[in-house]
This record gives sequence, C-alpha cells and structure tokens, in this order.
Amino acid sequence: MRPLTIAAGAASGGLDGHVLGTWVAAALTLAIFSFLYKDNPVYKLAEHIFIGVSAGYVVCLEYWNVFVPNLWNPLVSGGEFILVVPFALGLLLFTRFSPRAAWLSRWAIAAMVGSYAGFAVIGALQGDLIAQVRAAMIPVYSADAAASLGAAAGGNDYVFALLAVLQNPLTIIGLVTTLFYFFFSREHRGGLGMASRVGIWFLMISFGASFGYTVMSRVSLLIGRLHFLLSDWLGVIR
Amino acid sequence: MKTEVPVVIAFVAGMLMIVSLFSPHPVFAGPAAVMRNWAIVITAFAYVLGVANIARISAGTVRTRGRDWRYKVVLLASLGGMLGIGLAGGIQGGGLFDWSYMNVMVPMQSTMFSLLAFFIASAAYRAFRARSVEATLLLVTAVIVMLGRVPVGERLWSGLPAFTEWIMEVPNMAAKRGIMIGAALGAISTGLKMILGLERSYLGSDK
Repeated sequence: MRPLTIAAGAASGGLDGHVLGTWVAAALTLAIFSFLYKDNPVYKLAEHIFIGVSAGYVVCLEYWNVFVPNLWNPLVSGGEFILVVPFALGLLLFTRFSPRAAWLSRWAIAAMVGSYAGFAVIGALQGDLIAQVRAAMIPVYSADAAASLGAAAGGNDYVFALLAVLQNPLTIIGLVTTLFYFFFSREHRGGLGMASRVGIWFLMISFGASFGYTVMSRVSLLIGRLHFLLSDWLGVIR
Repeated sequence: MKTEVPVVIAFVAGMLMIVSLFSPHPVFAGPAAVMRNWAIVITAFAYVLGVANIARISAGTVRTRGRDWRYKVVLLASLGGMLGIGLAGGIQGGGLFDWSYMNVMVPMQSTMFSLLAFFIASAAYRAFRARSVEATLLLVTAVIVMLGRVPVGERLWSGLPAFTEWIMEVPNMAAKRGIMIGAALGAISTGLKMILGLERSYLGSDK
C-alpha cells in the first residue's frame, strides 16, 4: 500500500514536512511543559491529544503487525480456516459491552490467561529462577582478586582491588540476606531478624541506586527536550 | 458453561505451553505453536477492546456534555485521525503515520517522562531525610549514583564512576537477584494456580 506522505522539502513546492513537524513537536513540548506552572487548558489539550494518538497508534500497530499477517491473510488467502477460532474468540471479547452476554468474553480471556500463564511459568523458570541461581554460584574467595590486592600500589588502585576482593562475599551475603528478608514463614527475631535487617540494608542500597539511575535518565530526557527546543526549533545552539 | 469452559480452556492452553518446553515432540510442539499464535491474535483484539472502551466512554461524556467534554472531542478526533492515517495509509517509514509518530507522539511522550525529573526532585527533597540507617543508605547510594554519572562527580573523585559501577554490580545486583528469585517463584506459583483453576479471579464475578 502506498503510504500517505507530507512532501519533504520546500523545493518541491509542497508543505515542508520537517519544518512543520518541528513546529508541531515544539508546540506540543511547550504545552506539556506548561504543567510545571499548573494544570491548565493547554496542558489538558496536549494530554488528550497524546491519549488519542497513542491509542490510535497501538490499534494501527496491532492491525498491521498482528491482525493482517497472523489472521486475515492466512485465513482469507491461505485458506487456514482453523483461524476462525481465534477470530471468534477475539470478537467474543467485545461482549464485555453487553452485561447479559459479557460472560462469553471469559472464553477469550481464559485462552489469553492460560497461554500467558504458561509463558510466565516457563519464562520465570528459565529466564529468572535458574539463570539467577546459576549466576549466584560463585566462589567466596577469589585468589586472583587477592593477588591484585597484594600488588596494588595504593590510592585508587588499592581501593578498587579491595572492592574486587569483597565482590563475591558481598554478592553472596546480599543475596542470602535479601532472601531471608522475603522469608515470612517465621517471625524475624534472633538470627533471622539480624539477617533480614542486613537484607533490608542491601535492599535500601538497591533502591537508592535505582532511584539515582531513574533521576539521571529523566534528567537526560529533559536535556534532550531542551536541546530540541534550543537547537532544532530555535537554532540558538548548534 | 460460564465457569467450567474457561477453566478448561486456560488449563489446556497453559499445559500446552509447559509440556511443549519439556517435550518438543511435534505432538505437543505443533499445537503449542498454534496456541501461541492464537494468544497473540486474541491479545490484539484485547488492545482494540481497550481503545474501543476509551472511545465509548469519551463519546458518552461528549453526548451528555459531561466534565471536560470539549477535551474528549479532541481525544476522539486525535484517535480517529491516527486510526484513519494508519489504517488507510499503512505504517511504513516515511509516511504520514510515521510523521505523526515522530512529531506528535514521541515529543509528548519524552516530555511527559522528563517532567518527572522535576517531581522526583521535589519528592526526594521531602522523602530523603536521613532519619535511620536504612534511609541514610538509600540517600547516600542515590547521591553517589547520580554524581557518578555526571562529569562533576569525576572531578570530585576520579574513582567515582568506577565506584558507581561497583555499587550497581555488587550490592545492587545482590539485592536485585534476591528480588528476581522471589518474584520468579511467585510468578511460577501464580501461573500454576491459574492453569490448574485454583486462581479464578481473572474470570470476574460468578454471574
């Protein structure tokens, strides 16, 4: 199918798609940023445009990437009539709009839930549980790291050689104590209480690291938007 | 019909996926592949159902002149416009759909997320008070990770970027690994309960 296009370049005598796109993007960016002042009609307008466009985008992607190649073409052109079953199940989902017939949507939901529960069991088993347990099977003591510590001259070299020696023991202690913290079958008192408290410390370090990482990624996005406004739109910086 | 059939469907679909992992024989692998494709197709319909619900609720608000109805008109127009462009003209690169994505959706999405930089900073100002060992650890780690990712951090201490990496790879990874193992065990048990029909909350009420 021939795509609908906006003519690129003023030389063609048409609408310059790049310039128009930059102005549209800049206007929408400023509209969203206006929320920093307060919730206002311009922000609300942009917000609703965003919801509408995002919803339309998802439907178009599903139509062209799933419905046409996985259902329509094999069914109509390929004669795979068994695909009438998922087609019918998919249509049954829309019975949610009718209170009397809504129970029929459960068949389609059950097919989805059953399949994805199967995927989840396999994925969690192979991707997370076994992989993470295997990655945790490390020696407590690393002779190479200890040798590096002995040869370290001092300063940063010594600090990082010491951290390398502590790497494996801390990884094991951190994992075991974190698992103790998530063990709720016994009250966290005595030895278990101490271990779970150390687990909390590791969790706090992890949450702090995740928080710092998230802040920096958001700041990076902010810099990207400001760079777009000052460079692509206004041309103030090169 | 209302409860038993869905439970049987979920059992067959789920067991096919699990059995096909342990026995890749065509007797299991073939039907599992078919079921996988069916699940993808039904999920696509579920996305459409979600969007249809947004349209239905928004149209209802416009019809009754409810709160913010003018914005719902904008929402419906944006939705209709994007659907028209994408369904009629295709989603190929360089087309109008691609232009709308690059110049309307992407800028708004990244600006929305970048707004969080301001709110996360104000939230941190209120929440980050080192009142306990745990809060202090969280605060110190967050500050180190933030400083370790910017040039000024390296100016303060040349080893800070490497120390940040060590934090990410050792104590952070140890705790993350514990969370992942716990979450995997939870996902496996919940998945099995759904497949075996012990967990039926996804069916909604019994009506």
